[in-house]
Amino acid sequence: MYVAIKGGETAIDNAHALLAEKRRGNPAVPELSLTQISEQMALAVDRVMTEGSVYDRELAALAIKQARGDLVEAIFLLRAYRTTLPRLATSEPLDTAAMAVQRRISATFKDLPGGQVLGPTFDYTHRLLDFTLAANGQDVPTPEPADEPLSADLPRVAELLNQEGLIETAEDGEDGPVGDLTREPLTFPAGRDLRLQALARGDEGYLLALGYSTQRGYGNSHPFAGEIRMGEVTVEIVPEELGFPVEIGTVTVTECEMINQFKGSKTQPPQFTRGYGLAFGEAERKAMSMALVDRALRCRELGEEATVPAQDEEFVLSHADSVEAQGFVQHLKLPHYVDFQSELVLVRALRAEAEARAEQEKGSEEKE
Amino acid sequence: MSVPSLATGFDDPVQDGQRVFRAVLDAMSRPGRIVPLPRLPEIPAGLHASSAAVALALLDLETPVWLDEAASPAAKWLRFHCGSPLTAAAGDAAFALIADGTRLPDLDLFPIGTPDYPERGTTLLIQVAALAKGRGHRLRGPGIEHETFLDAEGLDEALWRHMAQGRDRFPLGHDVMLLSPDALACLPRSIILED
Amino acid sequence: MSATLEGYNFAYLDEQTKRMIRRAVLKAVAIPGYQVPFGSREMPLPYGWGTGGIQVTASIIGADDVLKVIDQGADDTTNAVSIRRFFRRTAGVATTTRTEEATLIQTRHRIPETPLREGQILVYQVPIPEPLRWLEPRETETRKMHAFADYGIMHVKLYEDIARFGRIATGYNYPVMVNGRYIMSPSPIPKFDNPKMDRNPALQLFGAGREKRIYAVPPYTRVESLDFEDHPFEIERWERACALCGSTESFLDEVVMDDRGGRMFVCSDTDYCESHRPDRSEQEAAE
Repeated sequence: MYVAIKGGETAIDNAHALLAEKRRGNPAVPELSLTQISEQMALAVDRVMTEGSVYDRELAALAIKQARGDLVEAIFLLRAYRTTLPRLATSEPLDTAAMAVQRRISATFKDLPGGQVLGPTFDYTHRLLDFTLAANGQDVPTPEPADEPLSADLPRVAELLNQEGLIETAEDGEDGPVGDLTREPLTFPAGRDLRLQALARGDEGYLLALGYSTQRGYGNSHPFAGEIRMGEVTVEIVPEELGFPVEIGTVTVTECEMINQFKGSKTQPPQFTRGYGLAFGEAERKAMSMALVDRALRCRELGEEATVPAQDEEFVLSHADSVEAQGFVQHLKLPHYVDFQSELVLVRALRAEAEARAEQEKGSEEKE
Repeated sequence: MSVPSLATGFDDPVQDGQRVFRAVLDAMSRPGRIVPLPRLPEIPAGLHASSAAVALALLDLETPVWLDEAASPAAKWLRFHCGSPLTAAAGDAAFALIADGTRLPDLDLFPIGTPDYPERGTTLLIQVAALAKGRGHRLRGPGIEHETFLDAEGLDEALWRHMAQGRDRFPLGHDVMLLSPDALACLPRSIILED
Repeated sequence: MSATLEGYNFAYLDEQTKRMIRRAVLKAVAIPGYQVPFGSREMPLPYGWGTGGIQVTASIIGADDVLKVIDQGADDTTNAVSIRRFFRRTAGVATTTRTEEATLIQTRHRIPETPLREGQILVYQVPIPEPLRWLEPRETETRKMHAFADYGIMHVKLYEDIARFGRIATGYNYPVMVNGRYIMSPSPIPKFDNPKMDRNPALQLFGAGREKRIYAVPPYTRVESLDFEDHPFEIERWERACALCGSTESFLDEVVMDDRGGRMFVCSDTDYCESHRPDRSEQEAAE
């Protein structure tokens, strides 16, 4: 009797029960708390918040826990939750120049007003597995406080270049209302606002690879890390009934401005151009990759010919979203046996015809 | 001083909105069919109960609406219940609410979409005094098995001519909902209309 | 209705999202076969698993609807079970496996064998809505082709098939022309089902969630499978009958019985098959 697929409902229930058991793992091991995840897996939480487009450490930690540490699955969980949230307001643009900086570096100047601030970075760690950490035995060192507090005035590198007119300024119209690709589908060509939104939500690994490709000859954008800064910025909204901005909280963000050489075009003098990256939390690799890809995608507005994959807006933006990509790749697990049956019928018919033709040709050759 | 109170909206926004939409979908899928609409508890000034119900079901802050003079008493109601931006520029209208079907504005001022995005053509909600089937204008096209006949009282004949000419514009064009006080019939741009 | 999911709106989607989708559905109906872009939402099911169909269904379903969900023609495939359960939980609607009892049918990859009637709505789940996508990957290009009904690329492809294979080598997702204007993807149904789309009394709606498109075929609308006069469109045929109900009219699944080439053929439409079993009336009488 053909019953292979009967009892789907019970099968699904049992699969869910097994998954819950697997997620918990050995019950003798204490269960992870959301605070533990949020505090000690902080960068995983940051990535899930960034690509999940929701700034909420607790929800992101919950998603990571529920997803058994699978960050793409956690991003999906957070996105699906995000869809159900009402929209109460649109924030004012973040003022990252007023950031309470934890880290701020520039690769383009040896020193600059406000100084280089290394902050909590992996950069100069030697990647040696720390076995004292494995034994939970490490004493946490106390960082030495600086001799003097950070300057409140940390001008952005791009602004310093701007004084000489050596770097492009924001284009007209970039201050206008911004689109939202989660409300209106993306159409091409896309404005920079939507491109940046798509990149901010885009899969980090994908952007990393694309950004990397522009450095390896698939693109010719000569990037410099003009400035990377990480810290807290305040978020403000303007309530309709008040008419002036009020602060609703702070978020930690990582911002990257890439500076790229530009030899000029018919309409623009030689100058430096910019690529921009922004991510929630500490997400330097993401912000830098995003900035590289943003600059590559700006080829059209800068009058450059698009010749490499990272400059192909439709290709880059259509495949950046991990929630879309993982869903469609994995949908191949669903039954396709009806279509496969159609293919079987077709391939058998094509084969029969091909064999008949071959027979016929053979027969006529023998006669000759 | 007493402020004239605004008419209420749906009793049950979720279920009523769904029922009205299904009536509209039925009418749009079967052009010329007269589909009754559920009654509203209160009717805003300037509108039929039917058009108020359709507005509640379809309009919101994402849909700029153009109003004719006869519909303007409903402006406040629309803004409050639907949150729709009202536009004086026909060229910006996603929907046009024409409360007086005998005095049509210049319909050519409303967008008909573009070859790339034909769906950007305006949907025209036109109030009429009454709808009648089985007589009047012969309709054919998608949604109609063979042919059907529709007539409207209180409707400028120019509307029929406008839709008859639509055949040359297709897939661009206007989609029309004719609203009698308690029912609607649709003329999508795909309609084939011969006098 | 008390049994619906706590904390979520009826049929999951918020009312503003439903209105946006409803407006897109109406435009899709007014322009048969044209793919209307819509602000597809992230659903609690993965993209590629029916999110477009689910959003369309969620936007049109009402408390009085009777819902049927099929995948591969069957009501009991895991994905069909999962989607049906989603609507039972979020909308509390009645569900059925009987095609004739349903007011709303969501499907993946099949059209039921039982003819649909006026008033029914068939919602298709669509992975790639663009019929020209395999010939031209760029949306910017295919949009122009549709805008000007410039379908030369498709005719060349079909003609090349005939030159090479002596026939059009497409078994499923076989392109159709709707109302003489737009080439449309029928979704990955076997071409066996294509003729059922033509002048069907039911309303056919198509939702592609990941690709953010909705399109429609109104009742009684012309749907022609693309072909050439000397190579007319043909559907699959089997030399066998269904091993369970004996039907020679329905689409048959081939089931592998052993590793020695043993095969069995059964209807893919489980409801149709069950209602056509010869022993059904005897069984019912005995029960």
